[in-house]
Amino acid sequence: MSQEVLDLVVEKVHGFLGEEVLAFEEPEPPAEEPEEEEKPARRKKPEPKVEKPADLNFGRPMIILDSKKWTLELAKMFRDDEELQFDFLSCVTGVDYEEHMEVIYNFYSTTKDHYLYVKVKTPRDNPSVVSVEPLWKAADYMERETYDLFGIDFPGHWNLRRILLQDDWEGHPLRKDYITDKKALGLD
Amino acid sequence: MSIKTEEMVLNMGPQHPSTHGVFRLKLHVNGETITKAEPVMGYLHRGSEKLAENFIYTQFIPYTDRLDYLNAMTNNYIYCAGVEKLLDWEIPERAEYLRVITMELNRIASHLVWWGTYLLDIGALSPFLYAFRDRDICLDRLNEISGARMTFNYMRIGGVKWDAPDGWIEKVKESVKELRENIAEYDRLVTGNEIFRARTIGVGKLTKDQVINWGLSGPIARGSGVNVDLRKTEPYSIYDRFDFDVPTREEGDVFARYKVRIAEMHESLKIIEQACEQIPSEGDIIHKKGARIMMIKPPAGEAYTRAEASKGEIGVYVVSNAKTKPYRVKLRRPSFVNVSILQDMLVGENIQNLVAIFGSLDVVLGEVDA
Repeated sequence: MSQEVLDLVVEKVHGFLGEEVLAFEEPEPPAEEPEEEEKPARRKKPEPKVEKPADLNFGRPMIILDSKKWTLELAKMFRDDEELQFDFLSCVTGVDYEEHMEVIYNFYSTTKDHYLYVKVKTPRDNPSVVSVEPLWKAADYMERETYDLFGIDFPGHWNLRRILLQDDWEGHPLRKDYITDKKALGLD
Repeated sequence: MSIKTEEMVLNMGPQHPSTHGVFRLKLHVNGETITKAEPVMGYLHRGSEKLAENFIYTQFIPYTDRLDYLNAMTNNYIYCAGVEKLLDWEIPERAEYLRVITMELNRIASHLVWWGTYLLDIGALSPFLYAFRDRDICLDRLNEISGARMTFNYMRIGGVKWDAPDGWIEKVKESVKELRENIAEYDRLVTGNEIFRARTIGVGKLTKDQVINWGLSGPIARGSGVNVDLRKTEPYSIYDRFDFDVPTREEGDVFARYKVRIAEMHESLKIIEQACEQIPSEGDIIHKKGARIMMIKPPAGEAYTRAEASKGEIGVYVVSNAKTKPYRVKLRRPSFVNVSILQDMLVGENIQNLVAIFGSLDVVLGEVDA
C-alpha cells in the first residue's frame, strides 16, 4: 500500500510542478574490474546507499525536495487533494547534515490512514524553507522550535521568534558547528 | 450607562500553582474577557536533544524519563523502539508483555495525577488525596519491577532491564481489581457533582477541525470526536493482541476530556489484565545482542516512530550515521504541541474559565521544555 501512496504522491508532485524533480536515475554500474587474486574477504564493505528522491523509508513513503520547489501551493495540494488528504501534521524537525540542512515534515492522513515524510533540502548558508503554518497550525510551535535550535528561516510564519531559549541567546545549539565549550561561552 | 474598560496585560506565572511547573501565560484582558493569550515557555529547557548527540545510544535512556516525568515508561519505550527500528531487532515475547504492563500501569498513574490535580485546581481538595492514594498502588508495582518510583529507566534497547520479581504478576492482578473499584468510586464521587458539571460542561470547546489542524492528540483529540489512538490505528509493540475500546466523545468540552480519561483508565486496566493472563511464564527479557553490547551501532538511516503516551502522540526521530552516538534525536513531545492551542482557544473566554481549560489539556512542563 505504501508503494502505491508513494507513486501517487510522485505523480501528483510532478503534475503540479510540471517537471520530474523526484525521478531517480539509476547510477551506472561500475566498470567491471579485472578479478583480483582471491583474498579471503573477511569484511565486506557495505555499498554506500544512494539516496533516491522518492523512496520507501521503513515502509513509509518519503520524498526529498529542494527548498526552491517547496511552496505553500504545493503544501496546500498535499492537504486538499482528494486522494492525498494529509490533514494531520505530526512532526516538524530539522537535521544539520553539515553540507546542507533539511527540514522534515511528517504528514498523516486521518481520513485515508497513510503517511508521508517530506524532506526539504536547504543550503547551510541562509537556510530558508517556506512555512506551512498558514495551512497546519500544528507547525506553529514546531517551526519556531526548529528556527530556535537550527536557525532555519521560515518565511510566511506569523510569529517566528525563539521559543525554548531566551530571546537574547546567541547561536543555534543544534547546528553541528555550535561551540559547546563552556570557556568560549564565558560560563566557566 | 456603560462602564469604560481598557485592556491590561496580566501575567499568569511563571510561578503559578495551577501550571504545575514553570510556565508563563501573558494575558491581555479587557474587563474579564481574554483578548489575547501568549504562552511563554522554556524555563525548564535542558537541551535534551543536544545532549543525546553526545551520548552513546544506551546512555540517553535515563534522560527520556525527565521529559514527561509522570509517564516516563512510554518515553523510555519510544526512544528504545526508535533505535530498535533502525537496528531491526526482534524483541522477546516476555519483554514485550512486561513493557505493555508497565506502560499501562504508568498511564493510569499519569491520568490519576491529572484527575487529582485538575480537581484541586478547580476547587475540590479531597479527590486529590484519593487519586494519590491510588497512584501509589501503581507506583509501588512499578517500583518493585524497576527500582524507582517515577524515573524508571526500565526499558533497554532490545528489551527491558530486569525480569519481574517473584509473584509480581499476581500482585498486579490484585492491584487491577483494587484500582477498578476505586476508579469507579471516583466516578460516583465527582462526575455527578453539580458544581463540577457547571464548571466543565460546555467550557473550552474544541471542534474536530481545530484538533486536526493544530495537531492535537491524545485524550484532547478523542474528547472532540477524533478517533485516533495509535494503539489501535497503528498497533506498535503487541497492542494488536488485546481487546480494548478507544473511548471517544463528540462534545469537545472540558467535561468530555474528563470522561475520556476516566474511561481510558478502565481500558488500561483491561489491557493489563489480558497481558497478565497471556504473558509467557519464562523467557528472555532482552534481545541477545542488547544484553551484551553496550556500544550499539545502528546502520545508517533515519526513522520516525510514534506511540500513544498518556498526553498524546509521542514520537522520536532518530538519525544514525552508523556510529556509536546518534547523529540527531528529535523528540516529538505531545504537551509541547498541545499547549499551542491555548493562544487560539483562550481568546474570548472568561478569565474564570482559564484554569479549568488550561488544566484540561494535561500539560507537563518537563515535556514542553525538553
